[in-house]
Amino acid sequence: MTIHFDRKQVHDDLHSPSAPAVLDSSMRRAVEHKHAAQALIAWDELRERAHEIKAYAIEHLDELLVRFESEFIARGGRVLWTQTADEAASRFLDICRTHGARSVVKGKSMVSEELELNARLTAAGIDPVETDLGEYIVQLAGERPTHIIAPAIHMSRQDVGSLFERKLKVDYTDDPEVLSEIARVRLRQRYLDAGVGMTGANFGIAETGTVVVVENEGNGGLSSQAPPVQIVVMGIEKVIPTLDDLIVFLQLLARSGTGQKMSTYVHHFLGPVDGRAMYCIFVDAGRTALLADPVARESLYCIRCGACLNVCPIYRRVGGGAYGWVYPGPIGSVITPSMVGVEDAGELPFASTLCGACAVECPVKIDLPHLLVHQRARAVDEGAASSPFENAAVASWTRAMSSSRGYSFAVLAARVGGAASSMLPWISPAARAWSKERSMPKVASMTFKDWWRER
Amino acid sequence: MSRAGTASEAYAPGDTVALFIPCFIDVLFPSVGKAVVSIFERLGVDLAYPEDQTCCGQPAFNGGHRKEALELAARFGDVFEEYKWIVVPSGSCGAMAKRFYSTLDPGSKGATVGARVFDLATFLVDVLGTVDVGARFPHSVTMLDGCHGRRELGCTDAARRLLEAVGDIEYRELPAIEECCGFGGLFSVKFDALSTSMGSAKCANATATGAEYLVSGDSSCLMHVGGMLDHRGSNLKTVHLAEVLASR
Repeated sequence: MTIHFDRKQVHDDLHSPSAPAVLDSSMRRAVEHKHAAQALIAWDELRERAHEIKAYAIEHLDELLVRFESEFIARGGRVLWTQTADEAASRFLDICRTHGARSVVKGKSMVSEELELNARLTAAGIDPVETDLGEYIVQLAGERPTHIIAPAIHMSRQDVGSLFERKLKVDYTDDPEVLSEIARVRLRQRYLDAGVGMTGANFGIAETGTVVVVENEGNGGLSSQAPPVQIVVMGIEKVIPTLDDLIVFLQLLARSGTGQKMSTYVHHFLGPVDGRAMYCIFVDAGRTALLADPVARESLYCIRCGACLNVCPIYRRVGGGAYGWVYPGPIGSVITPSMVGVEDAGELPFASTLCGACAVECPVKIDLPHLLVHQRARAVDEGAASSPFENAAVASWTRAMSSSRGYSFAVLAARVGGAASSMLPWISPAARAWSKERSMPKVASMTFKDWWRER
Repeated sequence: MSRAGTASEAYAPGDTVALFIPCFIDVLFPSVGKAVVSIFERLGVDLAYPEDQTCCGQPAFNGGHRKEALELAARFGDVFEEYKWIVVPSGSCGAMAKRFYSTLDPGSKGATVGARVFDLATFLVDVLGTVDVGARFPHSVTMLDGCHGRRELGCTDAARRLLEAVGDIEYRELPAIEECCGFGGLFSVKFDALSTSMGSAKCANATATGAEYLVSGDSSCLMHVGGMLDHRGSNLKTVHLAEVLASR
């Protein structure tokens, strides 16, 4: 599976009058809400603290996961360790079969997208039902979430109205309240019919074996508690040491994700109750590849709030679909090359100007631009990003820049080449791309260096 | 995020300042370098210009060509080694030397020497303590803030204060000043549609201020946005911060 940053999507979106505008204004609103929500607390101290806790947790992942497991088992739950997304999906299906489940209600979970769980369940004759409103919309549309916390952000309410009219055979409306009610009514019975309820995990608390799930719609609570069996699918990076640590993250996550002071629901799942069954599937699926990389490791601190997407000028223009896999935006461009392999996704980290707006917003202070450059370098080292022509050009440029004579020669070449490409921009692809919308800069008749020598 | 460069020691009168004139400014925009010379001469600061300087290596670094970037970082360390103060009229090339050399090879000569680099605005305001450089520019201006200067070096406030102190100038704040203009080096040609979409937004915001000039401490961003303005036949002119500060 080779993942390209979808240039076609770029062009379509840039020339489509509605899509980027919908996305852009939503993202701007999200950033405004975040800034308002973080203004009244000690934001910088909190994010510093969060960074330290995550740094500790990731460095001690082995101990913390085992501690979590033993606490979780002590409360009557079962833990399954899985190395690949495929293996995690297979174990999930095993559990469904063991309990004879014919349908699964799902709380919102990005990791289940990595597992392609809906497709796997459907193929096994088990009906997956997304219960988060955005996920429900995306599932109805046969699409993939385009944002980590707002899966259907690329659609307007008119789009949703038409979708519901077409798929659910209801009268068209674009009133969000009416649309929500339509989905709500349809979902209610599905909770009661489902044999298994699935959620992700925002945090796993090692000292208590608690699974913490944060949500706003109540669907996470219903998905986990209405069916007789609960399965938590948890990326292994989600574990943090203590409940005290959780307080730091809850303040950051709600504010960064949705601009709320606190999420509407914060569930603490403490193992199965009343004869029900509860499983936790630990998913690696490339996370240990990130862990093994001393630089990219920092990306495992991510709490999936989506703030880096909201502020990213690239994401705002193209939306999540252009990134080609589960996680879009700056964080997606950092983790995807390690999770699916740099040879398959080496292009993603290049789709950035390295402007750094993401790093300013990140609630756990991940140095995203630095990690993007790091992933670019890995892609180049592996021959997965730059063409042999580019490699040769950079090598000879560097040779020229390594001596005064080489530099003078390059200036001469620029003068000749610059004059040529000003007049004939189609001679080089770069000059052509530049001059489509911009005037070409002109090489000065006298360089600063020559002026300095002669003054 | 506070990443502002601070002077570890005070500038003493008589200390020589070495000029780091980025390669593309040398070749495409030499008037920016000349303007820097004229500002420092007016302030009585001794200047040196190490003539062996070439490129800081940022294109290679941003492109993921680590080996080549390391070579040029090491070369920068050699060329500027003897100078305590190094000033560059570019937030972007400044960030390369001051911030990114140390991520390439912490503790290397390039990183140590790179740490002595200051962008022009920060050096004038925070190191020399000069806000009024005796300039006069009787025009309305708005400012295009380069992202590296803003977020890696924290030089936005210094640049704004310098502009506001210029005689007869009218400073107008650019709406959405913190948003990237879309240049991004090779990004501008590899993802040209995205780059010019971002540039369009910047052009629209700058034009909406009604200012006569768009000023920036970064010639690279100006080359991109100015190129777009020119291509569209706009009346809005671009000028480097140094050229405004050199005007009388």
